[in-house]
Amino acid sequence: MLLALDFALILEKLVLILIVVMASLGIAMYTTFAERKVAAILQDRRGPNRAGPFGLLQPLADGLKLFFKEEIIPNLSNKFLFILGPSLAMMTAMMTSAVIPWGDKVHLFGRDIALQIANIDVGILFVFGVVSMGVYGIMIGSWASNNKYSLMGGLRAASQIISYELAMGISLIALIMVTGNLGLKEMVVQQQNGWWNIAKQPLGFLIFLVCSFAECNRTPFDLPEAENELIGGYHTEYSSMKLGFYLFAEYINMFVSSVIMATLFFGGYDCPFVDESAISQGWAAILGVSVLMAKVVAFLFFFMWVRWTIPRFRYDQLMRLGWKILIPLALFNMLVTGAVILYFNK
Amino acid sequence: MQALTNKAQQVDRRPMNLLERMYLPTIIKGMAITFSHIFKKKPTINYPEKTRPFSPVFRGLHILNRDEEGRENCTACGLCAVACPAEAITMEAAERKDGEENLYKEEKYAAKYEINMLRCIFCGLCEEACPKDAIYLSETFAPADYQRKQFIYKKEEMLIPHPINEPEAYAKARGNKVVTSQ
Ligand code: SF4
Ligand code: SF4
Repeated sequence: MLLALDFALILEKLVLILIVVMASLGIAMYTTFAERKVAAILQDRRGPNRAGPFGLLQPLADGLKLFFKEEIIPNLSNKFLFILGPSLAMMTAMMTSAVIPWGDKVHLFGRDIALQIANIDVGILFVFGVVSMGVYGIMIGSWASNNKYSLMGGLRAASQIISYELAMGISLIALIMVTGNLGLKEMVVQQQNGWWNIAKQPLGFLIFLVCSFAECNRTPFDLPEAENELIGGYHTEYSSMKLGFYLFAEYINMFVSSVIMATLFFGGYDCPFVDESAISQGWAAILGVSVLMAKVVAFLFFFMWVRWTIPRFRYDQLMRLGWKILIPLALFNMLVTGAVILYFNK
Repeated sequence: MQALTNKAQQVDRRPMNLLERMYLPTIIKGMAITFSHIFKKKPTINYPEKTRPFSPVFRGLHILNRDEEGRENCTACGLCAVACPAEAITMEAAERKDGEENLYKEEKYAAKYEINMLRCIFCGLCEEACPKDAIYLSETFAPADYQRKQFIYKKEEMLIPHPINEPEAYAKARGNKVVTSQ
């Protein structure tokens, strides 16, 4: 009895994993397309519009191109690590999506299926653990390339992640102090019943936003791959699909951090002004997923909008912003939050 | 130092004040500017579907002219080849035989006439040099190709269609060209 139930559960989770992986790959593909389109529109250009209607097949063409490119492994590189780098980057990028609640339960085949792969109690800590592991992919790849530009890119990535992870973590502590738990699902439920966390933690959100730009290596913090000084940064020596993996991982990271920001600060799959318990479960799930996706798309657009507006920071500016501004600000935010909580709980 | 134009502006080198060091106000201003560009008209022309209209004085591909009766104007005098700064023109002259008066206007004609479009700089000096109004530059440009030899245009490719036998094609090739009768 127990075994049979477990088998169904495993099947359910496997299907869910497959859907989530496929969806994030597809979304990452079309984010690259959207990036080019948004860039074009912001610069008064038209963007890719030749492959398929409105250029919609462009990501497929790009992917095909990457697959057919010659695979070059530099002679003096460490082959094992050279291949491990992009794989690790891709893997860690995909792993974060495991704990994200995509929507409420659905009732299918006589079972209640939660739209979340794993609802673990320390969801948010898991996310941070995995995200900071993502830099290993970059570091290993850049080290194995045996190229000074790559190595510099890798070093930059590492120091950047260290600097910004701190501020991000502290801003998150303030958020956790407000919500009182670490599970992502519980946070969403809380926001469904009350205010969204952005109202309680505006400064925390700002810090988190800036830090997630840095964590995703996005402009204005894309120093690890600063083209005009480091050629391609950590992926200088990469070609073919290994390069594709790195680029893809960046877009998946962007997608995941959009989801995380939407979940933590903007109510996740909660649709404002709609009482989810009043409508049937299936519809609520569909509504939830689409609302979450709408929020994610808004965040992705924001990522791109910023990229095509702000020039890259200089390296010393980046470090100063991280250590001298964001960390003190995050600490201040944490202290104020703590004081306010203490005052009201008395 | 005397400024050459009145556009020179003194660069502000004061250290950034607190508001500027916060970056955010300027970032928001910049983002508003980029956002406003979403609604701007795009200057791009979708090329193969739409082409940009050229002005009547545009100097594009060469056309070898015929007169009203459809006879080739060129007399293979070689003045265009001499005038050409890029040395793009080569030709071979031939004598007009009896019975070919309806084909060639003058007693001598160009049996072979080639222009290397990769050399040509479309300066129009050949057109200016020609005493017979036999060559002029049209409002089209050489299409891309895979091989260099396709860019050496033969006489047959440049000759304007016959005005009596193919009047529509002739009018089309003529385009907006102002006809100057000599
Ligand atoms: S346009 Fe100028 S360069 Fe071209 S063939 Fe005529 S004279 Fe030579
Ligand atoms: S095109 Fe004009 S200039 Fe050139 S050879 Fe013919 S007649 Fe002479």
